[in-house]
Amino acid sequence: MTAPTITPYRSDAPPGRDGFAQLVRAEWTKLRTVRGWIIGAVIAALVTMGLGWFAGVGGSSSCSSGSGPARSGQACAPQFTEGPGGEPVTDTFYFVRQPLAGNGSITVRVSSLTGELPVMHRGLVNPNQQERFRPGLQPWAKAGLIIKDGTTPGSAYAAIMVTGDHGVRLQSDYTQDTPGLPGAVSPANPRWLRLTRSGDTITGYDSADGTHWTQVGSVRLTGLPPTVQAGLFTTSPIYQSLTENFGGGSNGSEEPSKATGVFDRVSLRGSWPASAWTGSYVGSGDFSPGIGSYRQSQGRFTVTGSGDIAPVVSGPSGPGGPVITIANLLIGTFAGLIALIVVATLFITAEYRRGLIRTTLTASPRRGRVLGAKAVVIGSASFVTGLVAAAAAVVVGEAIARSRQYIFPVSWATELRIVVGTAALIAVVAVLALAVGAMVRRSAAAVTLVIAIVVLPYFLAIIAALPDSVADWIVRLTPAAAFAVQQAMPAYPQVEAIYSPAGGYYPLTWWAGLLVLAGWAALALAAAIALLRRRDA
Amino acid sequence: MPAALHAEWTKLRTVAGPAWLLAAVVTLTTAVSALAVQANSCPSGAVCAVDTTRLSLTGVQLGQAVVAVLAVLVIGNEYSTGMIRVTLAAMPRRAVVLAAKAAVLSSLVLAAGVLAVAGSLLAGRLILPGHGFTPAHGFALLSPGTPSVLRAAAGSVLYLALIALLGLGTATIVRDSAVAVGIVLGLLYLFPIVANVVGNAQWHRHLEQIGPMTAGLAIQATTDLRSLPISPWAGLGVLAAWAAGAMAVGGLLLRLRDA
Repeated sequence: MTAPTITPYRSDAPPGRDGFAQLVRAEWTKLRTVRGWIIGAVIAALVTMGLGWFAGVGGSSSCSSGSGPARSGQACAPQFTEGPGGEPVTDTFYFVRQPLAGNGSITVRVSSLTGELPVMHRGLVNPNQQERFRPGLQPWAKAGLIIKDGTTPGSAYAAIMVTGDHGVRLQSDYTQDTPGLPGAVSPANPRWLRLTRSGDTITGYDSADGTHWTQVGSVRLTGLPPTVQAGLFTTSPIYQSLTENFGGGSNGSEEPSKATGVFDRVSLRGSWPASAWTGSYVGSGDFSPGIGSYRQSQGRFTVTGSGDIAPVVSGPSGPGGPVITIANLLIGTFAGLIALIVVATLFITAEYRRGLIRTTLTASPRRGRVLGAKAVVIGSASFVTGLVAAAAAVVVGEAIARSRQYIFPVSWATELRIVVGTAALIAVVAVLALAVGAMVRRSAAAVTLVIAIVVLPYFLAIIAALPDSVADWIVRLTPAAAFAVQQAMPAYPQVEAIYSPAGGYYPLTWWAGLLVLAGWAALALAAAIALLRRRDA
Repeated sequence: MPAALHAEWTKLRTVAGPAWLLAAVVTLTTAVSALAVQANSCPSGAVCAVDTTRLSLTGVQLGQAVVAVLAVLVIGNEYSTGMIRVTLAAMPRRAVVLAAKAAVLSSLVLAAGVLAVAGSLLAGRLILPGHGFTPAHGFALLSPGTPSVLRAAAGSVLYLALIALLGLGTATIVRDSAVAVGIVLGLLYLFPIVANVVGNAQWHRHLEQIGPMTAGLAIQATTDLRSLPISPWAGLGVLAAWAAGAMAVGGLLLRLRDA
């Protein structure tokens, strides 16, 4: 008799697959089923949004200077003049002008540019009238020729000028700047300047001796009317005295400075209908209180002016007080970042503490892929959290802030870059925290390490008493460089200001900053995978 | 209580971690202070609005992070290893347990703090004159004999001890080391960062008055006291209030909860 055949048991369930997708699903299950980590991610988002809205609400209590608190629902009138591109600009100078109807040119010799700076001690001006000013020239004091579309502040212009410390420059429409002959101006070393208008195109020339001319550049101001104002101008930017308060940022005090330019050998070609010069002060006058004058004697013009023709820069040293950009609304990023660093670190160290790591590594012996799956899961979860939080902070924060204070306008592409960049920053820092946690295997140590290399450099750069050069290198080399994605305003080299992280200006471009952070995260992840493979568990 | 103190001291001295962390407090504080002092200079003929004492004590801003981690680990490690059950079974009076931990931790941090602050001031005294901060320029040599410098130094040591108590209280509340470290470091470093962004001068000032680090570090100022958001001892008082609040809530939760 044969034994009855026994059919071996075969399960009805489909065979399991050992793929990366299954691993990611397993890690996602681990993340979503721990109530504390979900709460942590939610808290991260809420804190980011909350702090951003707080920054939007906590603005200056008055909207435009001297008008008192803004009524709710009323949009805030901009404090600054707007240039042709819509950007906020300062347009203040003393203008000695004649109308130019049609094409023509104006040539002048500048034989001297001197200036006066306010006497300030510890941020305060000397109230004694006689000792308020001392001789001194601002590096960006300007004197030269300008062709401008009328005298309204913010209108289009092209100007060629000598500056205090930067030689001859051709500037137009507030943001364009082209260098010409270098060197300072003195009676022994004069500069000849010429502006030629032909339709919409204005060309600038300079010369050291009046005979050999070099073209500095040519600009096109679209829509220039037939009659424009053209002539001599002088201006000198605000003098800033910065005192550092340790533990509280730095205080800037600003006072106007003056510059005087001496012009002679003025020669006009083309259609200049008037025969006399008009001297007038151009500007909104809200910060530079109408300083300016001119004297004309036998073809020699002495023009004194104060102010600047330049874009406004944001930050604590901006004119008229601190102004904010939408990057300020993302100040909550730090808080959300700390919360997500904790969650990402716990994502791996909790496995070690509870002993789950043995089960995980038994189920998936390919350890590199385990860490890779964890990185994918925590990176995506952090990216989504960061995106939601940053978008809400910016959109709602802007709506809250617009009725209370002036926010610098930025293009929608910049705004998108800032929001998505912040989410990417948060995601990559989470992966970095995961990698450090896998290397160190102790949660408190890992959290401290990651906070120390991501948040502390930013803190040291903007708060602590480190000078700018050291702070610069710290922000360049550490993962905190990635905060450059939040830079909303470009730094203009032709505007003298404190470009520091405290004001929202970072030394690297946004993609370079993200690359630095990604480099740190990649290195950490590679080291973590190597250690995980070599060690026991 | 003496038995509890002895028990807590045994727990701290028989594990390698706390010793290394205390050493790190001293070295990091002194190193960062030396770096900050080295990086600043006052050229002759210029008026420098620099508080040399506060500059020399810059390292405390980094040393406090290590102190916070040490404080969190003192009780966090008990929870993570499960030893808290043994501790509470052996010493059922939970308030005594927490008080003993606080006492041993504070004495250790005070000792390390004295070394750290002394090292920082020594670095300042040695390096600053070579960078233009000479008595001829109006900057007196840093010496503990000057009342304001003594106040700043003693205040900084107390500051570190209060940070430790804040960390201990927070860790008792949340019972998890990583979360407690995140909360404490966030409380310390985020107040000045957020205050920096707020445009309204009044809110800026209020934020600096209530932040544990911004208020506590007012004790280090020796010049220009009128520009501080809060007076030195009042600032240390604000930090003491934070620490007391954390310890009180932690103690209450320790009594009310299971373990």
